[in-house]
Amino acid sequence: MKKIMVCVKRVVDYNVRVRVKPDASGVMLDGVKMSINPFDEIALEEALRIKERGSNAEVLAVSLGVGDAQQQLRTALAMGADRAILIQSDNAVEPLVAAQAFLALAKKESPDLVLLGKQAIDDDANQCGQMLAALWDRPQATFASKVELEPGKARVTREVDAGLETIEVDLPAVVTVDLRLNEPRYVKLPDIMKAKKKPLDVTTLAELGVEATQMCKVVRTEPPAQRQKGILVKDVAELADVLKKKGLI
Amino acid sequence: MSRILIIGEHDAGKLNPAVAKCVTCAGAIPGGEITIALLGQDTASAATQAAAISGVSHVLRVDRAENAHALAAVYAAQIAVLAAGFTHVLGPSTSFGKDLTPRVAALLGVAQISDLMAVESANRFRRPIYAGNAIITVETDPARKVVATVRVASFEAAGSGGTADIRTQAVDMALPTHTRFIGTRSGSTDRPDLQTAAKVVSGGRALASAENFKLIYTLADKLGAAAGASRAAVDAGFAPNEMQVGQTGKIISPELYIAVGISGAIQHLTGIKDARTIVAINKDPEAPIFEVADVGLVADLFQVLPELERLVGG
Ligand SMILES: Cc1cc2nc3c(=O)[nH]c(=O)nc-3n(C[C@H](O)[C@H](O)[C@H](O)COP(=O)(O)OP(=O)(O)OC[C@H]3O[C@@H](n4cnc5c(N)ncnc54)[C@H](O)[C@@H]3O)c2cc1C
Ligand SMILES: Nc1ncnc2c1ncn2[C@@H]1O[C@H](COP(=O)(O)O)[C@@H](O)[C@H]1O
Repeated sequence: MKKIMVCVKRVVDYNVRVRVKPDASGVMLDGVKMSINPFDEIALEEALRIKERGSNAEVLAVSLGVGDAQQQLRTALAMGADRAILIQSDNAVEPLVAAQAFLALAKKESPDLVLLGKQAIDDDANQCGQMLAALWDRPQATFASKVELEPGKARVTREVDAGLETIEVDLPAVVTVDLRLNEPRYVKLPDIMKAKKKPLDVTTLAELGVEATQMCKVVRTEPPAQRQKGILVKDVAELADVLKKKGLI
Repeated sequence: MSRILIIGEHDAGKLNPAVAKCVTCAGAIPGGEITIALLGQDTASAATQAAAISGVSHVLRVDRAENAHALAAVYAAQIAVLAAGFTHVLGPSTSFGKDLTPRVAALLGVAQISDLMAVESANRFRRPIYAGNAIITVETDPARKVVATVRVASFEAAGSGGTADIRTQAVDMALPTHTRFIGTRSGSTDRPDLQTAAKVVSGGRALASAENFKLIYTLADKLGAAAGASRAAVDAGFAPNEMQVGQTGKIISPELYIAVGISGAIQHLTGIKDARTIVAINKDPEAPIFEVADVGLVADLFQVLPELERLVGG
């Protein structure tokens, strides 16, 4: 294991309750807190643990997004990534385009393992890792809750609807991570200082030879249908009564 | 005319109930002709079930030894070939479909619409983003194939009575060997399947132990319900991962959902907002779960669950 590439996306912090603009043109993002996508933090943590377990792999954090995504990459460097690359793009791109950009980097960097989150909590697409694996013609192990490395291959336990599935994939491979894989570390102040000196390169889609094709046009953004506020019952007997009247029990 | 290919999920000879929901979604696409593709080692029995779904015209069987397990890399290569001539390719938004469908989309060189929840036209759809805090309407390029996963909780299952023809299709190609199935583990239960159950009882962090989760199972069994859990309960090891309900767990739409000791975080609510009736039992009157609950009871679960079990136990 020489090199691990981790894709970290800058997204609205998961604690923010996102609201839709009154004119249905999108969601309100002005001034909201931005963070590393929670799944990507877990992906990065896993890469760092693989490194620290003795492989001493180089950990490369990459992101595609606005210039300010450098903040999230700095956080990634502070967590322990060795190097970072920002593919700067002022417009949000579709997961397929992101996958094409990561493919270009994977070809250049030849990582043994690419770790991504299973989904970005802004678009909730759950696509990018699978698409990268397809374009790269490499194995994919999605929704990982355990990653065990052996020479030339990885054994990955996946969270699936029926429970847990284990597969074995040859390296290089693409792994997308689920929430229970690990608990990311907290960043310490001295690490933030150190991270300032680590290399962070900026490139563009054009430099990588990727065209930002838009295949899906968002024509409207609306709030979800609201549920009606219900009633409070005073005790269990009344609860059972209400449910019986509704024919539910 | 639209020609729609549905990727049919099945396991051990049983068609997944998500398939009939994908058929309803496909049926909403104007002028669509629906085909279900089944990949497996022996898909005979799943094919019979698929052919009987009302609205389906054709069932394609691709039986190969390599298809014994649903490995995305192996399946996607074949589905990309099968997709020729189809205008739409739909997979279910189950873990099977979420794993496989984007790989198919990338092989076909098109974007994917994830968690399609409503069809407005053959190339105009609605889907949730930001954990369901916003719903977007997206339009795809009519010149390209549409690839989507179907948010199964948004669609009723299509009825039976269909008489589709069943064909065996050979897909002659070398398949990747870089991915190998090792095994599955599931806490198999006799309870109804969480994703399709009419009633669900879920427990949260407040249950405080795996032992106490028996309270949830007992109530579920009395009601003939499936059992679910919040992420906090699963993370803490009180319940297995397949019971997780929410943004990153299962999205469900039962008639009755009973949330016990669950605060109602947005990520959890995403999974239940299509439930017909939500009941919440929580000792904190300020818990956000009460904002969405149809019936709320402010109480200590350890005091009220035994009594509730007695009252519903018929
Ligand atoms: C990216 C991401 C994805 C996530 N995905 C999911 C997901 O899919 N599903 C999910 O559930 N969560 C998910 N979460 C986690 C979510 O944010 C919450 O942390 C989680 O749902 C909390 O679980 P809980 O309600 O059981 O626990 P808590 O929030 O701790 O709530 C426990 C509740 O129990 C009540 N209580 C305590 N004691 C008693 C008692 N004796 N009797 C009655 N009530 C009592 C308390 O008042 C409290 O409201 C996700 C988070 C992130 C960041
Ligand atoms: N713009 C991006 N920058 C960095 N990583 C990304 C980006 N888009 C997607 N990813 C990665 O792909 C994963 C899945 O994203 P998505 O398919 O959009 O849900 C994320 O968790 C990230 O690891």
